Amino acid sequence: MQNFPGLFSSMAMMFDRESRAGLKLVSTPFGFSLLLLAAPLLMMLLLSFWTQDYLVLDRTLTLDNYREIGSHPVYALLLKRSLTISLIVTLVTVLLAFPMAYYISFYGGKRKSLWLFLITIPFWTSYLLRIFLWKIILGYNGVLNSTLQGLSIIDEPLTFILYNANAVVIALAHAWAPFAILPIFVALEKIDRSLLEAARDLGDGAVRRFFRVTLPLAMPGIVAAALIIFIPTIGDYVTPKLVGGTDGLMIANMIQVQFSKANNAPLGAAIAVTAMIVVGLFALTFVLLNRRWLRRQA
Amino acid sequence: MRAPRSFTVFVGLYLLFLYAPVMLLPIFAFNDSAVIAFPLKGFTFGWFAGLANESTLFVALKNSLIVAVSSAVLSTCLGVLAARAAARYEFFGKKPIMSFLMLPLVLPEIIVGVSLLIVLVQLGLDLNVWTVILGHVLVCMPFSIAILLSAFNNMDRFLEEASLDLGATRRETFFRVILPLVMPGLMSSLLIGFTISLDEFIIAFFLTGTEPTLPVYIWSQLRFPSKLPGVMALGFIMLILSLVLLTAGEYFRNKSAALAAHENKQ
Repeated sequence: MQNFPGLFSSMAMMFDRESRAGLKLVSTPFGFSLLLLAAPLLMMLLLSFWTQDYLVLDRTLTLDNYREIGSHPVYALLLKRSLTISLIVTLVTVLLAFPMAYYISFYGGKRKSLWLFLITIPFWTSYLLRIFLWKIILGYNGVLNSTLQGLSIIDEPLTFILYNANAVVIALAHAWAPFAILPIFVALEKIDRSLLEAARDLGDGAVRRFFRVTLPLAMPGIVAAALIIFIPTIGDYVTPKLVGGTDGLMIANMIQVQFSKANNAPLGAAIAVTAMIVVGLFALTFVLLNRRWLRRQA
Repeated sequence: MRAPRSFTVFVGLYLLFLYAPVMLLPIFAFNDSAVIAFPLKGFTFGWFAGLANESTLFVALKNSLIVAVSSAVLSTCLGVLAARAAARYEFFGKKPIMSFLMLPLVLPEIIVGVSLLIVLVQLGLDLNVWTVILGHVLVCMPFSIAILLSAFNNMDRFLEEASLDLGATRRETFFRVILPLVMPGLMSSLLIGFTISLDEFIIAFFLTGTEPTLPVYIWSQLRFPSKLPGVMALGFIMLILSLVLLTAGEYFRNKSAALAAHENKQ
C-alpha cells in the first residue's frame, strides 16, 4: 500500500497540463525514433527467424539461422576476435586518453578550450581517408618504416604492423581518441579540487591520492568513454577491411557480406542480433563490476 | 602549476600520434607523383585541377550536400522539440524517452543502417538520398539534443514568463523570445549535424542505392591506385572546409555561453 501515493501522483502527472505539454512536444522526435529505430530493430529480430534461399524469402519462423551460427566455428571465431579487438581498443584508447585529459584539466590553465579544439581537429578529416592514411604510415615501405630505417633504428621493415589485428587496433585507437578524451575531461573537471588538497593535508601521497580520490571520482567519465568506444567499434567493417588483412576481419564484415554479396539478409540479421546480445552482456557486466568496485571504494 | 617533464613528453608524442594521418594529407595532395609513398617528388597543383574533370565526384558532392543540409535541418528541428520538452517540462516517462532518443550514440552504425535497410526492402521502397537522410537524422539527433538541451537550460526562464505576462501568445513567445535566445545553440547544432552527415559512411553505404554520397564515392575510388592522389587532394579540401565550419560553430557556441553569462549577471 506504501506505493499507492507514488503511483497516484505519477498517474496524476500523466494527465496534468504540464505533463501533456511536454509529451506533446516530445511526441514528434519520439515518434520518429520509434518508427525509424525501434520498429526496424524489431523487424531485424523478426527477419533473423526467417530464411532466404537466394531470392525466395521463407517467412516460417525457425531457428535455422542461429543453428547455422552455432554450428560453423567461423562465426564464433569472428565474434571472439571482434570482442578481443574491441576490448583492447577500448583499453588502449582509455589508457592513452586519460593522461591527455588529465593534462588538459590540471595543467591546461586558461587555454582549456583551445586544447580541446586542438585535439578534435584531426578528426574532422574524412573517416575513410584517416583509416587509409594509416595504411600509408604502417605499410612495408610506409612512413614509419622509412623513418625508422632512415634513423637506423631497424634494418628490416616491420611487418607486424599492417594487414593484421595490430593495425586495426592502432587505427581504431586513433579514430576513437576524442570520444575517450572528452568524457574523461568532463569528469575530471567536475572534481572539487579542495578534495585533493584535503587528501594531501591528511597525509596521502600523490599515488595514494590518485587511486583513492581522483580515479574513483573520474570513473563516470571513464565508464562513459569505455561504453562509447566498445559498443560501436564492434560494428566497424571499414577499418578491418582497409588495414586488417584476412586475420583482422571482424564480425561486422560478415554482416556486411550477408547483406551484399551473399544476399542472405536473414542470416545477416541473425549475426547482428547475436553480436548485439553478446556486446550488450559484456557492457552490462562491465557496468555492474564497476559499480561494485566504486561501492567498495566508498 | 607546471606539469612534470615526462608528462609533457607523453602529451607531445600523443599529439603527434593524433596528427600523424592528417599531416600526410597536404603532403600527398601536393606531391607530384602518382604513387602515394616517400620519397616525395615535387610540388604540383595537378591533382586539384584533375578533380575538375571527375563528373561523378560532382554528382556525389551534390548528393552529399542535399543529405547533409536536410539531415542537419531535420535533426535540429526534432532536437529543438525534444530539448525544449526536457528542459521546460516534467512529463510521464521523461527519462526512458530521452534515453531512447540518445540510444544511437552507443549503437553500432552498422546496426542502424542494416535494420533500416531491412524495413525499406520489406516495404519495397527504393533506396535514394532520402533513405540516407532518414538514417543520418537518427545519428545526428542525439548530438542536436545534447547541444540544444544546454542552450535551453542556460536560457533565463523569467524572460519567457515576462513575455507571457505582457500579453504575447505562447506561439509569439516561442518564435520571438525563446528561439532568438537559443539561436547560437541552434546554429551549433546545424553545423555539427552537417559535419557528421557529410562524413558518415557506414549507414550511407547501405542506404544509398544508386545515388552515392561523397564518402561512398571516396570508398569506390580507394580501390584504384591511380585515383589516390586525387582523393588526397579532395580530402585536403574537405579538411579545410570542415575547419572553417567548425571554427564558425565554436564561435557561435562561445557567443551562446557569453550571452548566458551576461544574462546571469543581470
